[in-house]
Amino acid sequence: MSEIETFREEVREWLQENCPESLRKRWADPFAEFSVLRKLRTGDSALWLEAMITKGWTAPTWPVEYGGGGLSRHQNAVLQAEMARINAPYPLLGMGLSMIGPTLLDLGTEAQKKAHMPGIITGDTRWCQGYSEPNAGSDLANIQTKAEDKGDHFIINGSKTWTSGGQHATWMFCLVRTGKYEKKQQGISFVLFEMDQPGITLKRIKLISGDSPFCETFFDDVKALKENLIGELDDGWTVGKRLLQHERSSLGASPAQPSGEKTKVPQLVTMAKKYHGEVNGRIANPELRTDIIRHLINRKAFKLTTKRAFDEAKAGASSGETTSMFKFYGSENTQIQHELMLEAIGTNAMAWEGDDFSATELETLRNWLGGKATTIYGGSSEIQLNIIAKRVLGLPE
Amino acid sequence: MPLNYSEEQSLLRDSARDFFTTTLPVSNLRELRDQKNETGYCTDAWQAMIDLGWGGITIPEEFGGLEFGYKGLGVILEQGGRTLAASPLLATCALGVTAIVEGGSAEHKKDLLPLVVGGEISLALAVDEQSVHAPFNIDCKALKEGNNYSLSGQKVFVLDGHVADELIVVARTSGDTTSREGLTLFLVNAKSKGISFHRSVMVDSRNACRINFDKVLVAETQVLGTVDQGAELLDFILDVGRICLSAEMLGSLQEAFERTVEYLKMREQFDVQIGTFQGLQHRAARMFCEVELAKSVVIAALTTLDDGADRTSIAEQASQAKAKVSEVFKLVSNETIQMHGGIGTTDEEEVGLFLKRARVAEQTFGGIGFHMNRWGELNNL
Repeated sequence: MSEIETFREEVREWLQENCPESLRKRWADPFAEFSVLRKLRTGDSALWLEAMITKGWTAPTWPVEYGGGGLSRHQNAVLQAEMARINAPYPLLGMGLSMIGPTLLDLGTEAQKKAHMPGIITGDTRWCQGYSEPNAGSDLANIQTKAEDKGDHFIINGSKTWTSGGQHATWMFCLVRTGKYEKKQQGISFVLFEMDQPGITLKRIKLISGDSPFCETFFDDVKALKENLIGELDDGWTVGKRLLQHERSSLGASPAQPSGEKTKVPQLVTMAKKYHGEVNGRIANPELRTDIIRHLINRKAFKLTTKRAFDEAKAGASSGETTSMFKFYGSENTQIQHELMLEAIGTNAMAWEGDDFSATELETLRNWLGGKATTIYGGSSEIQLNIIAKRVLGLPE
Repeated sequence: MPLNYSEEQSLLRDSARDFFTTTLPVSNLRELRDQKNETGYCTDAWQAMIDLGWGGITIPEEFGGLEFGYKGLGVILEQGGRTLAASPLLATCALGVTAIVEGGSAEHKKDLLPLVVGGEISLALAVDEQSVHAPFNIDCKALKEGNNYSLSGQKVFVLDGHVADELIVVARTSGDTTSREGLTLFLVNAKSKGISFHRSVMVDSRNACRINFDKVLVAETQVLGTVDQGAELLDFILDVGRICLSAEMLGSLQEAFERTVEYLKMREQFDVQIGTFQGLQHRAARMFCEVELAKSVVIAALTTLDDGADRTSIAEQASQAKAKVSEVFKLVSNETIQMHGGIGTTDEEEVGLFLKRARVAEQTFGGIGFHMNRWGELNNL
């Protein structure tokens, strides 16, 4: 047996023993369950996290010295496939693993990696992002939050907004203004600090979906240690951009959970048949059917493109800067799916709440509203198109 | 199988690119058109391709072929698409060879495949009988007469039909005109008595032909596959053709897209390059995403063929590729003309040829609606 097949058998056996049965299912919102801080975990979710931590498989490809799994890409593909096979959820989700962790691996000092990577990998820390401000959305470099140099630390004043999960976070990675500048991108620094300290106030933002996943965050003489400055002083834009690349690839690919079922009929089709009827096995409404087919073909083509990019990268053939494409196309496609779900269900999907309506009907509406943000956060669709036009196609400024 | 090309396939792609750019640039197609060339492709260039072994690229080694797989044929066609190269690659190497390899008897393979490898014969598939692709809507009749069949009927838009030596003809041996049942495929020598050819001059300057069959006698040994059960074989041949055509279209649409991006960098109006305008930048960026998706559906479909997947998976991949690539080529070819402005509407500028090819290729073996519907049926929706 080849080495990789032996590995596969070991993984399969280990997962069988260690992944609690109760978790092996498709989660409507895996993030709510698996982004929870290590010390707040209970029951099977805690067991699963602890088991995976012993293997380093919350971060399978990261170096063993920080607590990662040290797997090769090939081994990781096997692990992912085996997890998908039994519908095992990712044991740990969040901005630690998807954004700041990869950025620290790229650009952090050895001391910074030693200080932060273990907590990211075990879920002992939970991270939030201090990027956007009231006047710095798409024009991110326009940030005004100030960090004053006090020798071994900075004192920060100002405010951030759209702080996703700010109320649960233990640490923030934050863009602050530290120096003078001619271009707005200059004089920005990238710092990390703890959320549990005096001077930080959070205010929840209620969205059109009724949900409040974001906060406004106010800083009043907040302290960040100098040792937690990532990259050079006044050169935080470089670090911030690197992190955005990691954010975009995670948003586009949306790896909320490994998906084991290949031939599963998309919920969209089930709903369309349920509410519009079937004629000879076809969705009875021909216009809706055509729209759904087009969308599903695009979805397949998009999935194939992520696989192709992965395979090309593995073979060492760089496919160029494609994260913007994944962010753009993935989020646009998600919105089309939400719109089609509304059409498939009809007026029942317009209900806000109440016992007359099924969970699916109510969720469809909330997902549609919640999904409006996907083409805005992480760099709006228009920003992604700017990036593709200039950096990929080389069109002039 | 991974969705990228192996080193060997990449090398083949690179040499194919060199070959088409130097031997068959777009200007070659224009010459064929303007000179009303009777063959419809450059025979010297075809001989050069034969010398490179491309005629037998998918043919098993036992018949003298390279057995290099469909990804091999795909990368060649893709590069040919970049220069809109006219050649027998699609009609002979994709459709004809597949018909013989999958449906032919041991004698057919032994007799014909080495001739294809040597460039001594070319093939053509005669299936459609009307303007809109409907492969099972067959009225052309084959009546049994002793040990022979007598073929009568008309076929339209037969690719390379007027130059083919052997025709693969889809005829009805039983059943109603629209029935999948009762179809049989025949291998018919083009010189047989009762066949007449009428070349159709198409907007893309590529070969197409109407063929009339008037009581053409064909020996029963010339049946490909099983009598009355030809639909399944036909589906497979067409799916190979659709996938290979999609690969060719992918090359053409990439070329049109790249030329357009270059034009945006070069053309100046209002004292700046027009590529500085965000209205054009965003449209170009959207096209870039669509082109990337088109690349993926093509390589996925070629991979399915090389993996020897089941026919249903191949059918799904073929329709997915043909539908998506047709949509992207339509988008890109329209934007190409619009972004080139007035010059794009002139005959002198080459981009117009890509627009023309886009629409013909879209209609060939089923348009966007045909393949979206088929994909839906295959996926039970």
